[in-house]
Amino acid sequence: MAHNTETEDPNRRDFLYIATGAMGVVGAGALAWPFIDQMNPDASALALASIEVDITAVEEGQSITVKWRGKPVFIRNRTEVEVEEAKSVPVDELPDQLARNANLPANAEATDPNRGVEGKENWLVQVGICTHLGCVPLGDAGDFGGWFCPCHGSHYDTAGRIRKGPAPENLLIPPLEFVTDSTIKIG
Amino acid sequence: MAGHSNYVPQSAAAKWLESRLPVISLVRGSFVDFPTPKNLNYWWTFGGILFFVLIAQIMTGIVLAMHYTPATTMAFDSVEHIMRDVNFGWMLRYLHSNGASMFFVAVYIHIFRGLYYGSYKAPREISWILGVIIFLIMMGTAFMGYVLPWGQMSFWGATVITNLFSAIPLVGEEIRTWLWGGFAVDNPTLNRFFSLHYLLPFMIFGVVILHVWAFHTTGNNNPSGVQPKTKQDTVPFHPYYTMKDLFAIIVFLIVLCWFAFYVPNYMGHPDNYIEANPLVTPAHIVPEWYFLPFYAILRAVPDKLGGVAAMFGAIAVLFVLPWLDTSKVRSGTYRPLFKQFFWIFAANAVALGYLGAMPAEGWYVIFSRIFTVYYFAHFLVILPMLGFLEKPRPLPASITDAVLKGGSGKPAAAASAPDTK
Repeated sequence: MAHNTETEDPNRRDFLYIATGAMGVVGAGALAWPFIDQMNPDASALALASIEVDITAVEEGQSITVKWRGKPVFIRNRTEVEVEEAKSVPVDELPDQLARNANLPANAEATDPNRGVEGKENWLVQVGICTHLGCVPLGDAGDFGGWFCPCHGSHYDTAGRIRKGPAPENLLIPPLEFVTDSTIKIG
Repeated sequence: MAGHSNYVPQSAAAKWLESRLPVISLVRGSFVDFPTPKNLNYWWTFGGILFFVLIAQIMTGIVLAMHYTPATTMAFDSVEHIMRDVNFGWMLRYLHSNGASMFFVAVYIHIFRGLYYGSYKAPREISWILGVIIFLIMMGTAFMGYVLPWGQMSFWGATVITNLFSAIPLVGEEIRTWLWGGFAVDNPTLNRFFSLHYLLPFMIFGVVILHVWAFHTTGNNNPSGVQPKTKQDTVPFHPYYTMKDLFAIIVFLIVLCWFAFYVPNYMGHPDNYIEANPLVTPAHIVPEWYFLPFYAILRAVPDKLGGVAAMFGAIAVLFVLPWLDTSKVRSGTYRPLFKQFFWIFAANAVALGYLGAMPAEGWYVIFSRIFTVYYFAHFLVILPMLGFLEKPRPLPASITDAVLKGGSGKPAAAASAPDTK
């Protein structure tokens, strides 16, 4: 019969339906993307100026908080006792065994030297945002002499590593370098 | 719906309209002639109350938006401007903020009414699921509304809640950044929350229409849980339930006005009168009271992803409730065991609310865990098993029967025992 080509399975009509439908889906997706992507950080938010901080006035045992990318950054001049305490903890006792240091490879271990800057072991610079749900932890507090987050009870030690509580990761170390002995560049 | 009305247009204008858009018979069939079980008690008025509060929130919200500025540098001041300068601004804002709280009071009573009388069971599953969706959108709307005044609680509440999404594996961080529009809660976040806070109530309105449509198709549930069988079992919605609902709305309004005019900040938090500061977290962050039970569940789990999953799971379990409850009997009135577990569950929910307001330490954490486990056990273990273990009391033959034999809540009177079915 002449009509056989119309009823064969799959026939040309099926192909046209599927091709048209597929194009429609691609088109809808292409149209939806601008509506979704407009919510991502805009150019002004991405243009992150790095900041330089003068730390001359920060004596041993003192901390300052500066704002970077809209977030607090803790800069602490640790005492020798605090450094020793942080060094004495074996890495395999830590809940999070990664350094979380943006200046080191992602798999670096959470030893005290890996949390700091080489040759400047008394200085600890970290983003002051609890890795649980984003509160700002309090300094000189908690069971481990470091930081304590009042929101849900996370305790960080003197190297900013999570020791107890719901936070999954150590406090983040931002990209940083010492421009001079008394000036830190963050970002 | 329209089919329930025997309305015949009389005037020429009404005939002209009806033959083109049958809106008069639709409204009459849905809200005037609609046959409603004659035994609905006052717990059933909360549906009408909720509809009223939704409209009131939309009206006060629209006028507040005429004076509010959604920018981090001006938001806090513009709210104070509403409170001090705008004519009646203080009243509109207090009605709106306390209205939100009372909205949740009403919705929780409405949900527990549905739980007690088995309103989620066949054939009303769709109506129940749409109700849970409304509840979810309500929570989103309330959360974003609370961020707008840009106080300390606004800011840190927004930070904690948006950070919940970072617990999602693989894409969590990207989703959080996308929600924020930056690397912290900031101006783009406030802007989009304002936009969505304005949008979502209208979406709620749309889902409410579907919610009502669904249970107008199946017919209302009622305190006996028995379907209406004859015309004697129902009365027209108007005037019987329009009047009953109106009376309940007036009583409800008295309570709302007492809060709004006499203790307008009772359900708020003083920290929210401090402007948002990204560098200082308040010592004790608590969400608004209506989120506390879920907040307690979040904190009960000592794991970030686990806590977030449990919190969302606490609501997700409601979606499948119609299939978890294995009992064929709808109304708790005729379920002696279920009735007791219902009240234990209600007390458990209130206890979780209390624990959500307490600091996450010591005994509070331990009790949060016990009550969280019980919350899930109620739905996942107790309800499925009760259907098999429980021997329900005999059901009345009809709604009329239930009403005439000493009320739906009490056992049949001894005198009528011989003909008890």
